[in-house]
Parts: sequence; structure tokens; C-alpha cells
Amino acid sequence: MTRATIEDVGGGPHSWEELVTAALLGTDRRPAVGPPGELLDAAATQTLRRRAGLVPAVAAERPSAAPPDERPELPDAARRRLALLLADRSAPAHAGGRRGSAPDLGELLPQWLALANERGLRAPAALLPTLLDAARARTDVRPQALAFAGPRGVWLAGLNPEWRFALRGGSGSALLPDPKDTASVQLLWDEGLFAERVALLGAVRADDPDAARALLATSWATERAEDRLLFLDSLRAGLSTADEPFLEQALADRSRNVRATAAELLSALPASALAGRMAARAASCVSLDRTGDEAVISVEAPHECDAAMQRDGVVPRPPTGRGERSWWLGQLVESAPLGTWPRRLGGRTVAAIVALPVADDWGDELHAAWCRAAVRQRDPEWARALLGAPAAPPGEGAGTASLAERAKLLSVLAEPERADWVARFISAHGLSEAFQLLGVCVVPWAEALGRAVVDALEIARDAGSYPWSFSGVMGLAERCLDPAEAGRLEGLTATPPEGEGASPGAGGYWAEAFQRLVATLRLRETMHTELTP
Amino acid sequence: MTQQGVRWTAEQVLALAPDDASRKAGSRLGTAGPWSESGCDGSGAVWSLCKGSGSRPYRTVLDTSGPAYQCSCPSRKFPCKHAVGLMLLWSADEQSVPDGTAPDWAEQWLAGRRARAHQKPLGPTGATAKPVDAEAARRRAEKRAERITAGTTELEQRLADLLRGGLAAAERPGYGLWEETAARMVDAQAPGLAARVRELGAIPGSGPGWPARLLEECALMHLLDRAWLGRDTLPEPLTATVRSRVGVPAAAQGPPVRDHWQVLAQYDTADAKLTTRRVWLYGRDSGRSALILDYGAAGRAPELALPVGLTIDAEVTPYPGGGQSRAALGERYGTPTATEGPPPGGTVTEAAERYGRALLDDPWLASCPATLDAVIPIPPKDGDDTWQLADPAAELALPIATTTTSRAALWKLAAVSGGAPVTVFGECGHRGFTPLTVWPAGGREGVALT
Repeated sequence: MTRATIEDVGGGPHSWEELVTAALLGTDRRPAVGPPGELLDAAATQTLRRRAGLVPAVAAERPSAAPPDERPELPDAARRRLALLLADRSAPAHAGGRRGSAPDLGELLPQWLALANERGLRAPAALLPTLLDAARARTDVRPQALAFAGPRGVWLAGLNPEWRFALRGGSGSALLPDPKDTASVQLLWDEGLFAERVALLGAVRADDPDAARALLATSWATERAEDRLLFLDSLRAGLSTADEPFLEQALADRSRNVRATAAELLSALPASALAGRMAARAASCVSLDRTGDEAVISVEAPHECDAAMQRDGVVPRPPTGRGERSWWLGQLVESAPLGTWPRRLGGRTVAAIVALPVADDWGDELHAAWCRAAVRQRDPEWARALLGAPAAPPGEGAGTASLAERAKLLSVLAEPERADWVARFISAHGLSEAFQLLGVCVVPWAEALGRAVVDALEIARDAGSYPWSFSGVMGLAERCLDPAEAGRLEGLTATPPEGEGASPGAGGYWAEAFQRLVATLRLRETMHTELTP
Repeated sequence: MTQQGVRWTAEQVLALAPDDASRKAGSRLGTAGPWSESGCDGSGAVWSLCKGSGSRPYRTVLDTSGPAYQCSCPSRKFPCKHAVGLMLLWSADEQSVPDGTAPDWAEQWLAGRRARAHQKPLGPTGATAKPVDAEAARRRAEKRAERITAGTTELEQRLADLLRGGLAAAERPGYGLWEETAARMVDAQAPGLAARVRELGAIPGSGPGWPARLLEECALMHLLDRAWLGRDTLPEPLTATVRSRVGVPAAAQGPPVRDHWQVLAQYDTADAKLTTRRVWLYGRDSGRSALILDYGAAGRAPELALPVGLTIDAEVTPYPGGGQSRAALGERYGTPTATEGPPPGGTVTEAAERYGRALLDDPWLASCPATLDAVIPIPPKDGDDTWQLADPAAELALPIATTTTSRAALWKLAAVSGGAPVTVFGECGHRGFTPLTVWPAGGREGVALT
């Protein structure tokens, strides 16, 4: 508070400064102000004059007003719920395996935010600081949290250096100009920070793919290599044959990573010239050998990686532990349009091609490359064939045995088919390998999938194992199971009698785990209702 | 809405939890999952059974008009996580806690509570207090006054010694004057002086300008000593102020004021031994402010809990002393209702002037309650750490006392304002303004900043 200049009006023979100096040095050394008692009397008078005479200070520069947020307010119950979810966000990680029977609120925050954003609701102002702190601590909720925080969140973040992250990327869209406003777009493109420019390019690309490419072309030659790589990557969204000339030109880029990305994007366009060149190269390596009793695929991997191949993005040097020729082969097959193969392999169906034996142990190499191609070209027919039958024992069917590849292939399939495949996989093989596959399924889980998971959990319980062996799947189930399943699960929350051969106490732990599952599902249902105006 | 009046907000409930751990544990229990046979009635009673890890569920019952809690769990915390969880459930979810009749186990406790409430004396003035031996009490008071007089005399001597040698000595490492002096003041039965002496000890480490602050506090201490020694010559209200500042307990007295008291703020401060809860009330009809204090042992929340935003119909009895805001909460009538909007306020200049005037009655007053109308919070610019509350028209502002205001509170204040004028209640004093509650323009619901 500003001190009024009361002292000047009259406060005894000594100014406040004189009194402080005398007190600091001691009256023995500064006898002029009198003995200690007199000094304290004078100081008491001055102190009270100073305090009683306090006046406000001159105001500093005010912050600009926060931009208006037109979204409707949260319903009261939803606002209370958000406060609870945020209060729980810093809860300690669960030590050991036991997690109790109450829901993990922090785990539900991302879902709550997604729902609120879907409903287009406005974040309550008083909770913005906690929300920004949560977004700062947890990158998994950041995009949703920032979108929910909206323009006032960005305004607030602009005032606090700790929340600077909110001004970059993600929700930066609140600050971006209208993609149609070409003058503002060009200005920000020319002068913006890198993150702003990436966000801007993404926004323009979403609005008009050609305009984004044209914008990128204006400064392409002068961008740094790392920046070129990220800008080029933004063309992935809305990729079309119209992008081919630009990408072809980028194949001659100085940076190897930029060339590789350009090649990857081109190969995802089956009609592109690059895809055609790769198809020719791959086809020359893979052929049908009919000399034996049955048809066999024979593979002749490339003998060299010539300049033309390198220009098309083939990386010549393999990672440690891989042979050069198989490395090159993998890249060629991965980049060749999948439509090449039925023509090349005797007009067979995709399923028949995948089932064909492959000579000289090239099978794994070839199938892995096809998997990557199916994912890159988002080809459900190939994905289906390469996945194989869900119930087949791993490694014995026609499909791939790798869970990572399967998870990626599943993401190519339409939602219901994906859920159905995983459900049948779980029914046949149990849960121990299901985690990765469940991760690519859409939330809430389809009914059959949910039922398969719950059945498998019940089987695991009856087999006498401990619930924390399945804590990953349990956690997923809490977040992904359809809340409508809660009723069916009710029966599992009772503590079963201890069976013979069961692990000690397991029954109680399972009951607790199922109680938590049911409680979480009910809570998610409540969250839903609360957010529905 | 049911007949029991307002349901509390989650923030109001969470403010009751004794610590962070029970706040978290309680919020996890605030869903219908673990609860069964829940219900509530018009008197403010809420009951339910909570499934724990054992075979028998815990029986949790609350009286939200208190609030008071009872739970069969073994927790030593109070309120326990079940009480917090049930209150959250009640506050959030009308379907899960329907109106009903209390089961026997809950009714027993509730009936006992109500019976005790009826036996309570009218108001806190001790109308039915035990008859005491007046002569013995007078002798005890005299004895105590003698010890305090000896204590203040010694304190004066020590202050004189300090100033003779210079305050600079107080900054030397290992300077042990304060703890020893504080202990002497405890011996002298003057806890008010002991607390002031301890605060003196913190000043030399408090950053630039400490000598001026130390001189101020030494001078006010000297003033208090002198006032005690000459208390016979002071007017009666000032004598009462001096006695309370020195730490001689006095009972709340005078006619109780019945009013609709709006709860403006509630916050706790804690040291190693004691949690102190301060509740600021504003009388809707009388226009008076009242500060209610309640204490809890370390780690235990004080029992009194009045969430911000509620209005209670109650009697409040002031403590003696000039310029005194402190009061005792007496009889309460009915259940709390929701408050409509902030109390009337003024400009930043008026708040500063009000503090200045209050010093006339109590020179040792550090701050007084104030409501600021239409002020804009100004966050610090880069490299600065001064927060201000500025009048929208005049170019004047009060600095916010950042030492007594948490970072979270400051940013909440800024967020609620969004750069626009808001109403702020808080404490205005020589260290600046401590914001405690904020109402957005036109908003009925105050947001607690504590």
C-alpha cells in the first residue's frame, strides 16, 4: 500500500527514516532521538499515523477483458462433479496391487472433458486455474482440457507464465485467424511462432486442403529441415492426388527425413507415380512358383538399393541386426499398392494370397510388409486377411501372430467388426494378451465385446488368480465398458466362497475389484446424465 | 429441491474435510456405489450405510444443520471420509438420498443431539453458568494481573535493551531473544503478548525493509505494554481491547443480535498445535460484521463449519473491546438458506479509510473486514509479483497481501473476473487486502478463495 506522506504533516521532531536508522544502529550510538522509551513512543505514534493514513496506490495497467464465451453454462450437478474430478487429480498412484472398491476419479476426467466438449458446454470460470494445472500436469488430458477451458482459459494462461503451454498448439485454435481470412493467415504464417504456424497450417488444411498446400509452398524453400518435416506431415490430413506434384518435388529434398515422409505419403496414394514405381519394383521381387505340387510364393529380394530407389524414399542402411536385402524388400512391399498382388499372384483373392506358402522363410518378412501396407493404405480387406481368424491359436492360422501388428490392423477395420474380432479373440484366448487389442476399440465397448471381457474376468476369478494380474484390463473396463452393463455385473460384487486351490483371499479382492468396476460404471452413467441439460 | 433447504455445493462439503487425504478419500465415496439404505429428512438429518472392506457396513449419520457427524468406522479423523462422502452424495444426488424416516440406529444419535440442543443455555453468555465463588475469582484475576504486569515490565526492559544495542543485532544468526521472551510471556500468563513476540521473531527474515517493520511491531508492543500498565486511566472499551490483546480471556457479553447472518468467508490457519478457523458473518438486517473463531487440535478440523454462500438465522454475541469484530455464535434457528448475492460494498478508498478509523478503537488491529464493489483484479506483469484490486473508474488500487493469499486463490480471483469488475470480500489492513470471496458481476453465488 502506498504510504501517505503523513510524516511531513507533522509527526514529532524526527522523521520515520531517522527513527528507523536510530533503531537499527541503537540509541547508544544515535542518542539524538532520545532514550529507547522515547524512540518507541515516537515510533508508535508514527506507525499509527502511517497505518491510519494509508491510501490506495495508483492502479497498474489492467488486463484486457477476456473474450466472451458463448457456450452454455454447465448444469449445477456437472459443475460439482468436475470440482470433484479435479480435486482427485493429484491422488497418489496406487501403491501395490490393491485399489479399493471406490472409483478412480482422475481416470474419469478425460472422459468427462470429452463429453462436456461434445455437448459444447462452457467451463466454469472459478475452476479454470485447477483445470489449467491439470492440463499442465497431464498431457493425456491436455487437448480436451484446453478445448474445454476455451477463450477465457487462453486469456488466463496469457497472464501466468506457468500456463504458457496453453498458448501453444492444441487449443491455440482459439487464437488463430479464420482460415478464410487470407491476409491474417499469411501474416501469422510469416511472423508466427513455430507452434502457431503448425496449428495454423492444420486449421487451413482442415478448411481447404489446396489452400494449405499453397500456403506451405510460399515459404517451403526457406524453412528449416525439422520444420519442413512437421509441416509436410500436416498434409497427411486430407491427402489426395492433388498433393502429388508437391510431394514429388519434396522427394528431392535436402533432408532425408523429409524425403522419407514425402515417399510415405505418396505411397499412400495408390494412383501416384511413386506408388507405380514401387509396385513395379516390388512385383519384380515377388512371384508365383508353380514348379511344385502346389503354388508357392518365391521371393527374390533386391540386390542393390540404387539411386532411383533412394530417391523414392527407400532407406539404404538397415538398422543393426537386419540384413540389407530383406530391409529393402520390406520397404518396397510396404510402399507398393496392395492392388498389385492379386494381378501378380494369379488372380487369387486376398485371403488366398495371405494363405499361400512362401518359399525360403521369406514368409514373415513378406507378411509383415503387407501388414504395414494395409495399415498405411487403410485397406480393410487386407487387414482382415492378415489378422486371420480370431479364434485360431496364435501362429497357427494364416494371420500374423504379433499383437502390435494385430492392434494396428484392427484400427483399419470398421468399429463393429473390430469389436467383434476382439470379442471373439478374448473368448478364445482369455485376457492375458488382450490389453493392446482392447486399446484400439471404440468407447463405450460394443455389447458383445463388453460381455466377452466380463466373462473372461469371471473365468479368471474362478481359476483362482488375483485381480491385479488383470489390473490393466480392469482399468480399461472401468473406463470403456458400457455403463448399461453395471446391472449385469452386480452379481459379481459379492465375495464368493473360498474355492480349493484358489489363492488366499482372492475372492475378497475380486469382489472389491468388481465393486469398483460397478461403482465406476454407475458414476460414468451419472456423469452422462449430469452433462445432459 | 427437498424441504431441507439448500443442498451444499461440493466445495462447501470439501471445505469440511480435516485434510487433503480425507478430502480425496471422501470424494471417492461421494457416489452411489458403496452406499445403501440412504435417506434424509426435513430436519437436516442424512443417514446411510457404507460398504467398507469389512463384512458389516459402516453406519454414517449427519446433521447438516450443525453440521455434526457420527460414523461407526474406526477412523480417528473427524469428520471421517464416510461422513464427507455421504455429504457429497447428499449434495449431488437427490435420487440416491431420498426423503425418508431415519432408521433406529440413526434416530438414536439424532434424538440424543436434539435433546442436548434443548438443554443448552440461551446464548453463550452463561446465563445458566454455575455459581462461582466471586471472591476467589477476584483473587485469581488479581493474581493473574500481577503476573502480567511483571511480564510487561520485563518485556519493556527487553525492548529497551534491544533498541539500545540496535535492531541490527536481531538479524544475527542464532539470535535467541524471541523464543526465550515468548516463553517468559507464557509464564506471565499473557498468551497475547507471547504470540506477538513470536511474530517479531519472524520479521528479520522477511526480506527487504525488515528493520522498518520490526520497529513498527516493537513500537506497537511497547504501546501495548504501556497501555496495560496504565489501564486504570483508559476508557473502558479501550481497556477491554488491551486486556484481550494481552490475552486475558473474556466472555462474549452484551445483548445478542439476532439476524440473518450471511456467511462471507471461512478459512483456517494452523500451527503445530492448533487449527484456528475464522468465519466472517454479515448481518443482512443489522449491517454488522462478525468474526466467529473456532479451534481444533492439530490435524482435526474445528467443529464449526459454515459454508460460504449460506445464510443462517442466528444470535450472535459480541466480545467486549472497541472496534471488535469478534463475536460468539449463539442459538441458531431453522436450517441455513441460500444467500442472494454479495453484501453492499464500497470503493478501495473507503476500505482503506475504514481500516484507518478502526485503528482509533484498536491500534493493534492488523486488518478489518471490507467488501469492495466492482473492482478489477490486476495480475502481476512479468518479473513483478504485485497483485492489485483496482476501482474501475478512479485510477486507484489496493495491493493484495500476497503473503496471506495463496497462489490458487489469486488465480481463481483472476479467472472469475476475466478482466471485468467483480465484488470482493476480504480483510483490508496495513499489509494490503486479503481477498476471501468473490462474486462475478451480477452473480448470486460467491466463490470462496480460501
